[in-house]
Amino acid sequence: MRGALARSGAVALTALVVGLLVLALGLTAAGYDPLLALGALWRGSFGSWYALSSATLVRAVPLIILGLGVALAFRAGALNIGAEGQFYAGAIAATWVGVHAAGWPGPVAIGAVWLAAAVAGVVWMALPVLLKLRFGVLEVISTLLLNFVAEAAVSYAVTGPLQESKRIYPQSDPIAAAARLPLFGNTRLHLGLVLAILLALLLWALFTRTAWGFRLRAVGLGPLAAELSGGIPVKRVIGIALLWSGALAGLGGGVEISGVTYALFQNLSPGYGFTAIAVALLARLNPLGILFTGLLFGGLEAGAQGMQREAGVPAVAVQVAEATIILVIVLAEVVLRRRAAAGSRP
Amino acid sequence: MSGVARLALSGIMKQFGPVQALRGADFALASGEVHALLGENGAGKSTLMHIAFGMIRPDAGTVRVDGRAVTLRSPRDARAQRIGMVHQHFTSIGALTVEENITLAAGRRKSWTAGRLGERLMAGLDPKARVEALPVALRQRLEIVQALATGATILLLDEPSAVLAPSEVEELLGLVRAFVDEGGSAVLITHKLSEVFAAADRVTVLRQGVVTRHGPVALETERSLAEVMIGAGEGGWKSSTGGQAQRETAGLGDANATLLRERREVIALGGVPVYSGEITGIAAVVGNGQRELLRAYIHSPAVAFVPEDRSTEGLIQAFSITENLVLGLPEDRRWAKGFQVNWPAARARAAELMSTFDIRAEGPDAAAATLSGGNQQKVVLARALERRPRVLIAENPTRGLDVRATAEVHARLRAAAAAGVAVVLYSTDLDEVLELSHRVLVVHQRRVQAAPPGADRRQVGEMMLGVR
Repeated sequence: MRGALARSGAVALTALVVGLLVLALGLTAAGYDPLLALGALWRGSFGSWYALSSATLVRAVPLIILGLGVALAFRAGALNIGAEGQFYAGAIAATWVGVHAAGWPGPVAIGAVWLAAAVAGVVWMALPVLLKLRFGVLEVISTLLLNFVAEAAVSYAVTGPLQESKRIYPQSDPIAAAARLPLFGNTRLHLGLVLAILLALLLWALFTRTAWGFRLRAVGLGPLAAELSGGIPVKRVIGIALLWSGALAGLGGGVEISGVTYALFQNLSPGYGFTAIAVALLARLNPLGILFTGLLFGGLEAGAQGMQREAGVPAVAVQVAEATIILVIVLAEVVLRRRAAAGSRP
Repeated sequence: MSGVARLALSGIMKQFGPVQALRGADFALASGEVHALLGENGAGKSTLMHIAFGMIRPDAGTVRVDGRAVTLRSPRDARAQRIGMVHQHFTSIGALTVEENITLAAGRRKSWTAGRLGERLMAGLDPKARVEALPVALRQRLEIVQALATGATILLLDEPSAVLAPSEVEELLGLVRAFVDEGGSAVLITHKLSEVFAAADRVTVLRQGVVTRHGPVALETERSLAEVMIGAGEGGWKSSTGGQAQRETAGLGDANATLLRERREVIALGGVPVYSGEITGIAAVVGNGQRELLRAYIHSPAVAFVPEDRSTEGLIQAFSITENLVLGLPEDRRWAKGFQVNWPAARARAAELMSTFDIRAEGPDAAAATLSGGNQQKVVLARALERRPRVLIAENPTRGLDVRATAEVHARLRAAAAAGVAVVLYSTDLDEVLELSHRVLVVHQRRVQAAPPGADRRQVGEMMLGVR
């Protein structure tokens, strides 16, 4: 077991190095100074306490929470590709509650915002669950398509019911001060980090210690045996896993509103819901691993901004590194599995 | 035999991790013969044929087709040498039709000229039928059609009878003979002696990766083959086709013995009672509703179920032995503590069961996927009995197992019955049903009938086909 852990650590490190190398090559080919760019990437992500706390960790929080949501569904064998949409649904609900929370006690306001966000995520997931259980519609498709609906819903909200009072800009009023999360010191880092860590620990305990988590894994790894030999109601477990997954992703949207932006606007998420899939898969759906992969991708996203500022490299360039990392890990996984399969043949 | 072998493997070595699967095995298939490749599970039969089909690269040794040395890097290379394989597991695509599957296999080959053999193979195979709706026997027939559609003149059949009823096995062996009569050559991988004598011209016996016998079947007896297959001096083997008279009297004796025992009706199958303390055999041709009949009890309290497909229905391959134990016994008080699972307790019990049931694995944390078929089945059986059921329903519990593992499973079923459990055994191997059962129920077109005490194979067979 420890060997497996060391191996996945080595794989992740290799993938990171290869990813950065490919990025550097690409930058050189495009005529940028790779050392300057990579230096900027480092300074913008982990190079200083400020970069770490106010850029990297701030971006890691939604990636971790959404990554946990994705992992929860994937563990049950249900592929929730719609974390982005659930994030937006949560953000809309959080904003709506937040702007009405003036004068409420802080904990009540924050609790209400988070609860509304999680419920909105569940509601957003209800349709795919219904479609899957009733008509066998693949959740991959329904959750993915609802992402576009959610983005349209945000556009509607910020130009309609939730538009700021002067009705000029396509964005909401800021949420009440009571609903804003406390920050750590002089940084932009907010209480959401604590929530993300607690959620990761909770999910880890659920997966490894509880009967509920065991059933979830059984359904994901062997649905037929889970049903026949385990007497597990497979469909119900999948449905519940998807709903909780939606709740977590929705909560991620609520945390972003209450901790970072304080207001709703279009393109609130730079694709957190999609990056979260990579975060979850890189961690092999292990909640504690997601804390690290979330941090890694948070750092890359933060560093990309630094690269843009300092070296004039478009921030999207960092996606080359992200994609390479994912490819290397997927490749390593296949190779390791083949080797294991070859080794264990009778 | 004379002339050059159609397919010859010589000095084949293959190691998987710590296991030396083949230690210099030689095999030669002559033109126009059915060649049985006989051996226990794990003897290396499938590995050897997977090498002949390009699925596995040997560590050492050569493969020759018609005397020419060839390197088979993939099944594609093998097909180019006109080698086709019928695998243990179906490779046809369920969502497509019969016709589409054949076209897929044939590739650019224009028309697979059917001929008499083709007609015979296609009898009952509706080209427009969706494959997932086909009965098992027809799906398997389709596998052969697909192999031949690739232009194969050498056919490797990997335990093709494992999923078939007795009458279907005869049909299959007939088809293989017909293929050979039309100029093909076939290898029949099997661990059933009856099939060797029914269909093969020559036989090669593998034992622990070494060839222990090869030659004409006519020179062999069941006993002589069994000896080289299992090894001398290891008892417990019983002929699978012989010993008819012995079994009949034993059956009567057992029936009398149960009269002395306390008999309680535990459940009724299609209106026919099943009693505690005996093995009730279910004899039926595949597709007569016996599966649905038995599966109706799958989640009944006090019923433990050993499902047909241990690899996907019985076990979760990625789970450890411990986890698979907990899977089947989620509410056991030893480890179910509220919403928590006490894994150390479950692990300890798994270790105990491993030693009681002689389950060979690295330990209770070993993934089910790393276990051999026999050991997997022992896990499933151990777990079923751990429920202390009043009824144990087993579907094809020895399917794909070697002689020794089969004997162990049989012993467990007998012991369970002796301990008062009502054991219901369904097997597509009629001989197995007759050998083990105190009473036999025949299912034909969803109707359940008790076979008369002491009924012989022919009588039961007629009931299965609805002749009686």
